[in-house]
Amino acid sequence: MSFPLLTATAALPALGAVATAAVPASRRSAAKWLALLVSLATLALAVVVLVRFDPDGARYQLTESHAWIKNFGVRYELGVDGIGVALLALTALLIPFVVLAGWNDADPLETGSRRWRPTQGFFALILAVEAMVIISFEATDVFLFYIFFEAMLIPMYFLIGGFGDRAHEHGEEAAATQRSYAAVKFLLYNLVGGLIMLAAVIGLYAVAGNFSLTEIAAARANGSLHMATSTERWLFLGFFFAFAVKAPLWPLHTWLPNAMQESTAPVAVLITAVVDKVGTFAMLRFCLQLFPEASRWATPVILVLALISIVYGALLAVGQRDIKRLVAYASISHFGFIILGIFAMTSQGQSGATLYMVNHGLSTAALMLVAGFLITRRGSRLIADYGGVQKVAPVLAGTFLIGGLATLSLPGLAPFVSEFLVLVGTFARYPVIGIIATFGIVLAALYTLVLYQRTMTGPVKPAVASMPDLKARELLVVGPLIVLLILLGVYPKPVTDIVNPAVKQTMSDVHRTDPKPAVEASK
Amino acid sequence: MENLIALLVAAPLLGAAVLLVGGRRLDRAGHWLGTLLAAASFVIGLVLFASLLGKDAEHRTLVQHLWTWVPVESFRADVAFRLDQLSVTFVLLITGVGTLIHLYSVGYMAHDERRRRFFGYLNLFLAAMLILVLADNYLLLYVGWEGVGLASYLLIGFWQHKPSAATAAKKAFLVNRVGDIGLSIAIMLMFTTFGTFAFGPVLTSAGDASEGRLTAIALMLLLAACGKSAQVPLQSWLGDAMEGPTPVSALIHAATMVTAGVYLIVRSAAIFNGAPDAQVAVTVVGAVTLLFGAIVGCAKDDIKKALAGSTMSQIGYMVLAAGLGPIGYVFAIMHLVTHGFFKAGLFLGAGSVMHGMNDEVDMRKFGGLRKYMPVTFVTFGLGYLAIIGFPFLSGFYSKDAIIEAAFAKGGTQGWILGSVTLLGAAITAFYMTRVMLMTFFGERRWQPDADGHDPHPHESPTTMTIPMIVLAIGSVGAGFFFHLGDRFVHWLEPVTGHSEGDSPVGVSVITAATLVCLVVGVGIAWAMYGRRAVPAVAPRGSLLTRAARRDLLQDDFNHVVLVRGGEHLTRSLVYVDHTLVDGVVNGTAAGFGGMSGRLRRVQNGFVRSYAVSMFGGAALLVAATLLMRAV
Amino acid sequence: MNPVNYLYLSALLFTIGATGVLLRRNAIVVFMCVELMLNACNLAFVVFSRMHGNLDGQIIAFFTMVVAAAEVVVGLAIIVSLFRARHSASVDDASLMKL
Repeated sequence: MSFPLLTATAALPALGAVATAAVPASRRSAAKWLALLVSLATLALAVVVLVRFDPDGARYQLTESHAWIKNFGVRYELGVDGIGVALLALTALLIPFVVLAGWNDADPLETGSRRWRPTQGFFALILAVEAMVIISFEATDVFLFYIFFEAMLIPMYFLIGGFGDRAHEHGEEAAATQRSYAAVKFLLYNLVGGLIMLAAVIGLYAVAGNFSLTEIAAARANGSLHMATSTERWLFLGFFFAFAVKAPLWPLHTWLPNAMQESTAPVAVLITAVVDKVGTFAMLRFCLQLFPEASRWATPVILVLALISIVYGALLAVGQRDIKRLVAYASISHFGFIILGIFAMTSQGQSGATLYMVNHGLSTAALMLVAGFLITRRGSRLIADYGGVQKVAPVLAGTFLIGGLATLSLPGLAPFVSEFLVLVGTFARYPVIGIIATFGIVLAALYTLVLYQRTMTGPVKPAVASMPDLKARELLVVGPLIVLLILLGVYPKPVTDIVNPAVKQTMSDVHRTDPKPAVEASK
Repeated sequence: MENLIALLVAAPLLGAAVLLVGGRRLDRAGHWLGTLLAAASFVIGLVLFASLLGKDAEHRTLVQHLWTWVPVESFRADVAFRLDQLSVTFVLLITGVGTLIHLYSVGYMAHDERRRRFFGYLNLFLAAMLILVLADNYLLLYVGWEGVGLASYLLIGFWQHKPSAATAAKKAFLVNRVGDIGLSIAIMLMFTTFGTFAFGPVLTSAGDASEGRLTAIALMLLLAACGKSAQVPLQSWLGDAMEGPTPVSALIHAATMVTAGVYLIVRSAAIFNGAPDAQVAVTVVGAVTLLFGAIVGCAKDDIKKALAGSTMSQIGYMVLAAGLGPIGYVFAIMHLVTHGFFKAGLFLGAGSVMHGMNDEVDMRKFGGLRKYMPVTFVTFGLGYLAIIGFPFLSGFYSKDAIIEAAFAKGGTQGWILGSVTLLGAAITAFYMTRVMLMTFFGERRWQPDADGHDPHPHESPTTMTIPMIVLAIGSVGAGFFFHLGDRFVHWLEPVTGHSEGDSPVGVSVITAATLVCLVVGVGIAWAMYGRRAVPAVAPRGSLLTRAARRDLLQDDFNHVVLVRGGEHLTRSLVYVDHTLVDGVVNGTAAGFGGMSGRLRRVQNGFVRSYAVSMFGGAALLVAATLLMRAV
Repeated sequence: MNPVNYLYLSALLFTIGATGVLLRRNAIVVFMCVELMLNACNLAFVVFSRMHGNLDGQIIAFFTMVVAAAEVVVGLAIIVSLFRARHSASVDDASLMKL
């Protein structure tokens, strides 16, 4: 038997999490270094996966399959397709930056009790989330996926509720209240989604008799597994609801601004750039493959909801007074684009959506982490508390601007490619929706530039006058992200080459082909 | 030879990267590095131009394919450059004027501590603008299109500590984004119509598409052009853009970037030719902007804003010409090039005046400056003569050609457009004479500032005057050079196509009418500002003057409808999100909370009440069992 | 003698015990009433054992006694410590265990 590479990518951070948690209280920096090393090693493994993955090979590669719960046909089945491998790589890539950015975020304020080990817990939880997210991208067994899809709520809950910004305008007590509100809201929303999905998972088992994605999808494709129309639709809705909460799609989005606002910037990145991607990824992998007919049936409604997300998220971002909330609403708008691309059911839309997931991860990480550095310096999340930062900390302002420009999808940076693909893919099949979605680009420019103008330009506010510029550690976080944003903006072909074959197969799963150009069609 | 094209872009791009990433170490020599790389790009442009001249007219297209950019099934975008007669014309204009303005900025920005960054941005602009005109497909053009927008944003807001500059930069970017919607949709439409958006296939097979689709694409391209070229209704950003340093206004907001819309229309000639309705729309936009800009230019007391109005108006001429179809394309580009010379020269002159006057921009506080800055006066004066169309200077040839083409359009349309262009020529003469008189003639009107310093008007350093002189030579000679033997027409014809129109009036009649308009315009201006002393404080003025000072109230309209309306919309949406969407969720939570609050009262802690409920429960169970048995 | 009469006695005892538990406040008395109820059940078990002619009921009666003994040990301990803490043996005074 060959080396279980995919298991290793998830097992390594999981073991790392245990080891980090076990580091004694007095050795805080050892825990940090351990977490960084583990995340880098995981990244190295992910690179190996990326290299071993053959885009033109079988659909699922590096597969592993073991019996697990025989009585219910649950198997431990892993395998990655092009979409999975891209997101796996994104996750493994982002975690070292998250660790590095959060280097000092979880230091205990006073060194009192010897048993008090927040730093160890913080980094252990981050690694635990990484392990669970990675295995969710790899699982091809519906039940296995479900377990980790739900289990990642636990470390996330503690990360949101236990480690907030030090900064709060109403003092530490109010901050704790707000944090636990946000954490509970996050948990409840996702639990409700997860429970409904559990019902659908059980229903799927009742219909299909096993949990294997590949087997069920194959049986559905060759007609040996018949599903009544209404059954399929109900099951689809059960799955989709959970993913739509996670993604999040309007009107199930309100947990995200609270969660991102209250958690530290690295955790906010973890939520929006990593964990949420599981939702959109699962739409592509599970909803479309298991329930192709129902997916097509639900498309119009989902597209409209996605469109509302785009416009609504952007408009709300314009109206925010809190930097992190603003980024959260911007993310909601971006998730609207991703879902739009997935359900436009064109190659461009779905490749674009996958690319969008990767690029949004990078761009939001860049913007949010710099915002985090800014907030740590000034001790406030309110936009109105800043002004003229550009003058005192030009590098910080410059990187913030680049993060913002990536968020508004400036051509030349990575998000532009994916956003345009999504728009083109949508427009090709649904012109009106495509046109309305295009208006999102103006709103994106509006909220980004207003944010930049209010915080970075103008006369220097006294409170920011002595703000230091980015330090070496912070530059090490932002620099590579910016380089990647530019690189993937001018040469995204390596990613599209990996993603395209998987998208092609997904398209054939849902029995859809790209619309023909008008000139060709008329000939 | 093709391989040189990428170098053209690479040189300024390298400059931008080095200057922006390099940090303080480069503060001392960075500006020369930037200028050098711009000049290098110009030299490469000259070499390429020479190589094109060496080929026959039909084979003057070089394509350099660099790499496949975005491939997804049938969607294929490449990073590929196309150099033909049209793009090389732009390349020379951009790098030539660009290099001069780099040189000028060395002197102009000498006292700015962030000069290195300024040159980084300028180089970034050059690179983006070159990508724009060299791109071989519309998506890559879009990259350049937004790239120049970014550079413009950074440069307008270069003095970020001024809130007005930051606001103006943001406004420029946002208005341009509205135009970008047009470009995005146009590219999408091309993709769904032709299956591609590369210039070659789209423009050759444009005839196969239905007129409806072509009209839609053309109108969307027009929207994009309106945004970038500051045409009505998206013109409001250009005036505010004058917040940027003056070299920026000269390079980006006069000579090159704002003309990108004209380039887009001319480049897409095949599409516009197949969409007559869209062409009418183009001419209407051009005609309206022509008058709009001219009227605004008449009322402004800020020298740069007066020139900005003039830029708008002149680009209106170009857009109008581009809307005329094959009879106008060549002249649109010709006017674009000559305008690039004289307007850049005028702006540099204005910058030189400001440089000597402690950054004062109010023309009412100038006056009689010709004695103090002779070089500036002469170069500015030549630019002035060129723009009003003084015989045998650049503007005379290019503008005259547009006026003739407008009449040659034929029918009522031809008469209307022709009259508008003639009227525009008169107003141009008026406002430019006004600028000239208020700045360089009359009595001195400047006062010592609050600290008692006299402005001490003085001539600018050589790094600034040399570019002004070179541009003045261009303003004088370019038109005649292009006109001689219809060189320019023959040069561009293979790309844009050209046809002689059928003018209802003779060419000499039109020329005569143009000259009459010129004399009338200059005469009125002289009567108003030359004969009488200019008041140092602006009089209240007529209703039209006051409206024109406020950009014909378009900003007020935008403010009330878009800004206020948008603020209300977002504010109410934030409220809705908080109370309604979140409210439903929190309401559910509160409902459960209230229910449990009520239920928990049963748990009162008294053992005996628990015992009662146990006994009661047991009794109920027994009763139920018995009842079930009985039934 | 008819065994059903013993059942009547058992029911009477149980009712007396239950009433005591519900109405009395003194913990000791409540406790004794609980014992009374247990013994009423024991009586019923033994009667049923006799009526049905097998030993199951008697065995359960023994179990009940053991449980009752254990309960006395724990319960008395609780009552004593409660009395020490509050100087009162009233069950109504110990009403802190509520939401």
